[in-house]
Amino acid sequence: MNPVIQTHQLSRRFGEILALDGLELEVAAGEVFGFLGHNGAGKTTTVRLLNGVLEPTSGQAVVLGLSPARDGSALRRRTGVLTETPAVDERLSARENLEIYARLYGLGPAQARARAAQLLEQFGLAGRADERVGGYSKGMKQRLALARVLLHEPELIFLDEPTSGLDPVAAREVHELIRGLQAAGRTVFLTTHNLAEAQLLCHRVAVLERGRLRAIGTPEELAGRLGGVRLVLEVTPATLPAALSLLPKAERRENGSLSVPGVRREEVPALVSRLAAGGVGLYRVSLEEPSLEDVYFALHAEEAP
Amino acid sequence: MNRDALFAVLRKDLLAVTRSRGVMIPIVLVPVVMLVLLPLLVTFAPQLGNLPGNTLSELQTFLERAPAALKASVAGYSPAQQVAVLALVYFFAPLYLILPLMVSSVIAADSFAGEKERKTLEALLYTPTSDRELFLAKALSPWLAAVLIGLLGFAVYSVVGNLVAWNLLGRLLFPNWLWAALALWLGPAVAALSLGVTVLVSARVNTFQEAMQLGGVIVLPVVALVIGQATGVMYVSTGLVLLMGLVVWALNALVLTLAFRLFRRDNLASRL
Ligand SMILES: Nc1ncnc2c1ncn2[C@@H]1O[C@H](COP(=O)(O)OP(=O)(O)OP(=O)(O)O)[C@@H](O)[C@H]1O
Ligand SMILES: [Mg+2]
Repeated sequence: MNPVIQTHQLSRRFGEILALDGLELEVAAGEVFGFLGHNGAGKTTTVRLLNGVLEPTSGQAVVLGLSPARDGSALRRRTGVLTETPAVDERLSARENLEIYARLYGLGPAQARARAAQLLEQFGLAGRADERVGGYSKGMKQRLALARVLLHEPELIFLDEPTSGLDPVAAREVHELIRGLQAAGRTVFLTTHNLAEAQLLCHRVAVLERGRLRAIGTPEELAGRLGGVRLVLEVTPATLPAALSLLPKAERRENGSLSVPGVRREEVPALVSRLAAGGVGLYRVSLEEPSLEDVYFALHAEEAP
Repeated sequence: MNRDALFAVLRKDLLAVTRSRGVMIPIVLVPVVMLVLLPLLVTFAPQLGNLPGNTLSELQTFLERAPAALKASVAGYSPAQQVAVLALVYFFAPLYLILPLMVSSVIAADSFAGEKERKTLEALLYTPTSDRELFLAKALSPWLAAVLIGLLGFAVYSVVGNLVAWNLLGRLLFPNWLWAALALWLGPAVAALSLGVTVLVSARVNTFQEAMQLGGVIVLPVVALVIGQATGVMYVSTGLVLLMGLVVWALNALVLTLAFRLFRRDNLASRL
C-alpha cells in the first residue's frame, strides 16, 4: 500500500471542544475513501487539518508526502477541496469564478481560459457561463464548485458532503463524477453522513463519532459488523401489543410502524410466520437499508460488556 | 511572492465590488456630494446675498486668531470672497479625508467581513496562496481603490474649486501645497489606517454591515478635525498635514502588523 494520507494521533481542540481526538488513518493512492459521521463528528475539521488550513493541536499528518502544517502551500497545489457550502462568488460569472481560481492555482492566462471553457462544457454550464452565479440553481452552483475543484487536476480530491441538499438526479451526477475520478486514478476522500452513499462508492470507509474514529474497513466488513438489516412492519392497531410482545427489540416509529434492528435476512420468513401465528395482522413487511444510526448502534452494542 | 495569485485575488475582489450596490452607492455618492455639490453650495451661498450678519462677525474672529499665512492668503478680499477662499482651501481640507477613508473602509468590509458572510472565504483558504500573499492581495484592493478614487476626487475638486475661484476672485486656487500634501501623503495614510481598522473589526464580526458600522468609528478623528478647525481651535496647514501623515503612517505600521497577525489561516478557519 502506498499511502497518500497518513495521520498519527491527529487532534484538534476548539476551546473546550475536542473536535478531533487522536485520529489514526491511512488512505492509499487511487482509493475512494469514505469518511462517515454525523453533524459535528469532526469531518470538516479533518479535511481542514489535512490541507493545512487548520493546525493540529497535537499529532501529525503526512499528505502526499508533505506536512500540511509546514508545507501547506505546496500541498494545496496538489489537492482539490469541495467545501460543504459551494463557496462560489455569486457576483461573478461562472467563467470568471473558474478563470480567477485557475490563476490562483498557478495556471497561465491562456491555460486558465482554456481549462475554464473545457470544464464549463463538461459540467453543462457553457450555455450560461457568462451569467452571474447569483442566479444559478443550487445544483448548478454545486456543479460549478465541483468544476473549480478540478481546475488544476489535483491528485487528491476532498469532497465534503458533496450530495447534501441535492435532488436524486443531481446526487447521481455527483456519484458518476466520483466514479470517473476513481477510474482516472485519483484519490478521493469523501465525507458523508449517508451510509448508502459510502457503500455505493467507497473502497473503504471510516466511521467518526464525536471526534473519535469508531471503525474502519470495507463497506462489506462494516455491514458484517452490523449483524443484519432493519425490518420495518406495519401492523393493525388492535394487534400492536401482540406484535410488541413477540418482538422485544422493536422500536415504535412516529408513523406507528415498528422497526426491528439487527435482523438477519434468513430469519425473516420464520419471523413473519411466528407473527402470523401469534395473531398479528400485518399490513406491510419491508427491509430497510442500514443507516449510520445502525452502525453506531452495532458499534455500541459490540462494546457493551 | 506569487504575483499571478496576487492579481487574481485583486481582480476577484474589485470585480465583485463594482457589482455590489451596497458598496458602489457610497463610493459614487459621497464624492459627488462632498467634492462637488457642497463646495458649490458653500461658496455661492454668500454670493446670493443672504450672508447672515453673525457669519460676518464669526468670520472676523476666525481670521483674527488665524495664523499669519492664512491671513495673508485672504488679504484684500471682500468678506464674500474671503468665505470662498477659506471654505475651498481650508474648511474642505479635512472633509476631503473622508473620501479615501470611506472608500477603503467599505471595500475592506466587503472583501474581509463580506467574504466571510458570503461563505466564499473557505474556498480561498484551500488555494495554494500563503497567508502573507492572501493578506497582501486582499489588503491591496481597498487601499489601491481608495488612493485612486482619492486622486480622482482631488482632480475633480480642483477643477470645481478653480471654476469657482476664477468666477469670484479672477484667479486659480488649485493645485496648492496644502492640497497636494493632503491628496498624496495624508490621504493614502488615512486610507491605510481605515483599511487596517476594518480588517481588525472584520476578524471579530460576521457581516459586512457590522464591519461597516464598527469600522465607522475611524471617521471620528476626521470629524474632530473639521469641528476643531471650524471653531478655530486649530488651523489646517501644509506643515500640520505633513506631520499628521507621519503620525498616521506610524500608526499604520502598528495596526497593519496587528491585522496581519490575526489573518493567519488557522485563525480565519476557526471563525468561519
Ligand atoms: N471554529 C470552531 N470553533 C469552535 N468549535 C468548532 C469550530 N469548528 C468546529 N467546531 C466543533 O468541532 C466539532 C466538529 O466540527 P466539524 O465541523 O468538523 O464537524 P462535521 O463532522 O464536519 O459536521 P457537519 O456534518 O455538521 O459538517 C463540532 O462540535 C463543532 O462544533
Ligand atoms: Mg462538516
